Amino acid sequence: MKRLLPIFGAITTALLGFALYEALIGAPTEQTMGNVQRIFYYHVSSAWTAFILFFLNFVASVLYLVRKNDSQGLKDRLANWVVIALGIITCIAAYLIKLPDGIERSSVASTGIAAVCIYFLVRKYFPEDRGDALAVTTAEVGVVFCTVVLVTGPLWARPVWGIWWAPGDVRLTSTLVLWLIYVSYLILRRFSSSGQTPKIAAVLAVFGALDVPLVYFSIWFFRTQHPQPVIGDGGSIDPRMLHVLLLNWLAFSCFAALLCWARYRLEVLRREVDETLALESLLEPRGSR
Amino acid sequence: MKFLFAAYAATWLIHTCYMGTLARRFTQLRNQIKEIAERK
Repeated sequence: MKRLLPIFGAITTALLGFALYEALIGAPTEQTMGNVQRIFYYHVSSAWTAFILFFLNFVASVLYLVRKNDSQGLKDRLANWVVIALGIITCIAAYLIKLPDGIERSSVASTGIAAVCIYFLVRKYFPEDRGDALAVTTAEVGVVFCTVVLVTGPLWARPVWGIWWAPGDVRLTSTLVLWLIYVSYLILRRFSSSGQTPKIAAVLAVFGALDVPLVYFSIWFFRTQHPQPVIGDGGSIDPRMLHVLLLNWLAFSCFAALLCWARYRLEVLRREVDETLALESLLEPRGSR
Repeated sequence: MKFLFAAYAATWLIHTCYMGTLARRFTQLRNQIKEIAERK
């Protein structure tokens, strides 16, 4: 892994550079908004990356709650079956229920399958306390990407809508609420030293994750100032623009993976240091300080 | 154009600041590990 990291870092840097070139020069200029529309490539790809990170945080938090006080592994096995059942129900429902215009049935079904796969991957590769470390990592990196979304959004809105922020807009407000929930999650993790902190934080993360679908689907279900979807079934995006968007998303996803790797390593090391210090203070003879 | 460059600059400023905090935290942790090793 350590050998692969510099190669992955170099590929990510090259990808980010190429994606930046494509976003600023390669992509065609939008007719109505002009060059300012190019903010789209950073804004949307950062939002998608943040959503994935928050979803990972949700999975890691659920796993932490399931594994807590589960010595016989009963809750773990039950959770596995519940996740598989939810994946199957999502796939069937995608083809049976009437979906709003713009949402593709195959996208919903494949998201359901991907969610199940992610759950089992996290379960396999992040056992016990490692799951909690992953939760902290993804929440922190997710907040960074969500901050980018909240900063680039108003910078795009000002020249296009004439206002920095549309108060009461569901997409904008729910995104701000999402950011606030995860910032409070990080504050809780940082400043609370109670033994119950990971458990409380995991519960908060589960509630926070419920806001992600609201943010994503708000433009389908509510009349918002935020533009309607331009990607997917019925979307009007130019194929060259879509290509640049996907390229930027890939680059930012790789970059997020690098940041997560560094943050995860930091978290694991910090926990080891804390354990050593706690052990030292226990072994230290009384009155030696 | 100024809004476009402001958005791109802000994005990279946020990421650079975050990478800076990560580097600072790594340095602090490394110093702490060194202290523990010296005590042993």
